Amino acid sequence: MSEIITSAVLIGILTSAIRLATPYLYAAIGEAISEISGVVNLGVDGIMLLSAYGAFFVALNTGNLWLGLLTGALVGVAMGLLMAFISVTLKAEQGISGIGLYMFGLGLSSLLFKTTIGTVKTVVGFQPVRIPLLSDLPFLGEVLFDQSLPVYSAFLLVPLAWFILEKTTWGLRLKAVGQTPAAADSLGVSVDRVRYIAVCVGSMLAGLAGASLSLALVNLFQENLTAGQGFIAVALVYFGGWRPLGILLGALLFSTVNAFQLWMQVLGVAIPSDVAVMLPYLLTIVVLAFTVSRVRGPAALNKPFERGEH
Amino acid sequence: MPPDSASDTLRPTRKPVFDWQGLLLRAASPLLAILVALLVGAIMLLLLGANPLAAYATMVRGVFGSMSGFTQSLVKATPLLLVGLGICIAFRASMINIGGEGQIIAGALMATWFSLQFRTWPGWLLIPATLVMGFLAGAFWGFIPGVLKARLNVNEILSTVMMNAIALQLMNLLVRGPLIDPAGVAAKTYLPQSERLPQQVWLGRLVPQTLLHSGVIIAVLLAVMVYVFLWRTTIGYRIRAVGLSPDASRYAGIPVPFYQALSLTLAGGFAGLAGVIEVIGVQHRLLEGITSGYGFSGIVAALFGGLHPLGLIPASWLFGSLLVGADMMQRAVQVPSALIDTLLGLVVLLVVGSQMWSRRLATRRVIALARKNAEAQP
Repeated sequence: MSEIITSAVLIGILTSAIRLATPYLYAAIGEAISEISGVVNLGVDGIMLLSAYGAFFVALNTGNLWLGLLTGALVGVAMGLLMAFISVTLKAEQGISGIGLYMFGLGLSSLLFKTTIGTVKTVVGFQPVRIPLLSDLPFLGEVLFDQSLPVYSAFLLVPLAWFILEKTTWGLRLKAVGQTPAAADSLGVSVDRVRYIAVCVGSMLAGLAGASLSLALVNLFQENLTAGQGFIAVALVYFGGWRPLGILLGALLFSTVNAFQLWMQVLGVAIPSDVAVMLPYLLTIVVLAFTVSRVRGPAALNKPFERGEH
Repeated sequence: MPPDSASDTLRPTRKPVFDWQGLLLRAASPLLAILVALLVGAIMLLLLGANPLAAYATMVRGVFGSMSGFTQSLVKATPLLLVGLGICIAFRASMINIGGEGQIIAGALMATWFSLQFRTWPGWLLIPATLVMGFLAGAFWGFIPGVLKARLNVNEILSTVMMNAIALQLMNLLVRGPLIDPAGVAAKTYLPQSERLPQQVWLGRLVPQTLLHSGVIIAVLLAVMVYVFLWRTTIGYRIRAVGLSPDASRYAGIPVPFYQALSLTLAGGFAGLAGVIEVIGVQHRLLEGITSGYGFSGIVAALFGGLHPLGLIPASWLFGSLLVGADMMQRAVQVPSALIDTLLGLVVLLVVGSQMWSRRLATRRVIALARKNAEAQP
């Protein structure tokens, strides 16, 4: 092993890890916002797929990556509105609604891909932007400061989300609605409106997760491109205890494992690729088993709010 | 979600009359959901440049126009029914089993390995043994998330999704390695599929010249058994009690985590059986894509059948027909079958979305009935 992991390989693995953490970060922080308001959105994977397709399609046809990114975000908002309508307005069971949304996104993205693109094509995705001075740092410079813009913004989202959740009225309202909706309601906070906004913002971030996948990471779209990353992102929310910093740690853990298994395959280490691909999923179960029982989530998670029921 | 509508528990009439009105009410929202989904499907077909009426006519003709189409719809209904039964049991205990795909794979893998391993056994012994082993393998795949839920409160939706991915990779690994068809290796094609299973383990054909096998009978019998299990046995009663109110069940001394784990284990077992039957009834070998997405479409069928074992029988036949029709449509009007996957997702959203509405109607009806009864009594 020791002769395989040279410092060049280590830099390679860590650089990939930072890159691969991007969709996890967007999606998991988005999901956390939604869950803090009391809505579990299990459709993240479906949203990511449809947004990844939308972003890729627009970028492929216009050549404009930013327009693609915007499309991804808008598709996310649209899916968020659908989810919010079903789970907030119609007060449907959230788990099954999310699975319905997932199936819908998976199906529609495959359908559109087959009818409008057909074969696997690639775009020239977001290129790395070297940050002056910082990128000249030995080791760290290459790993952290030679990435593309969607990657940087995913990492900037962590402090931003922390600030909004902890230091603003909006964040406070969000928590109140997720903890004790009846109390929030009696103080004049519209529970439904806050949840709509939270689900839509969360889904928009899931949309950016999908778009970053197809425009900054793999630069292509194919059926079931995400391969369950959206579900892993939901698991990361539990792992991170609904806190942006915890989510960051979780995302880095997963992306490092992913980068490691990809590099092992590149280097031709003799592990069957099926076993390597299995690793993140196994890790998710293990991580869930060791974290879920210790952290307490929003009290009203998964509970539709009905006025006058309490 | 309270699985029983209020009309079940609060029925004020004394004579046990068959509640046609209640049944209609419960069937109304799923039927409306499929109508809306078909309407959306029509719009999508128009956008794709196909004639929706012609496409839907192809679907109907595909299923009812020929013996092969009709029997094929029953063949596809079989795994949907089995997976759905499992989802139904889990749901009654408030557990959402998304792990159908993985559990089908577990059952199929076990069935393949077992029947190849004991290929000298006679059919009367090998078939039941294979069914039992496949059930156990699927049950094991459901047991893991079940225990994680019961012991460590791990969200079963997430863990079952992960178990699906793990099973898929496991199958890819085995079907390219230890289970690969030696004929394919000899011919250097290396097709990722297993050797053909011994003939005596194949399920008998019910109609000659078609694919209809005796698995459909097994599935229907099991549906009746699951109904009896859930509504006429103590264990079934407890599973339902845990789902309706975990707090009340705990207070009544029912070990809630045990029944949660049990319901997921049983759910896995039934999905595992679906895997066995796909292998020994339809394909006669293990190949990639053995699940055909039944783990997900089974959820749709289960929701559609009102999460009731008997409601599932017509519901899974309906969706079996839909899948066959979709295949026909794909060939006739060149519309990708992903259209049907999209519509299935939409049906789920519509069914769960309309439940509040039908719940309110049911409550209103019970109140009206109770008032009428109160007036009738002096």
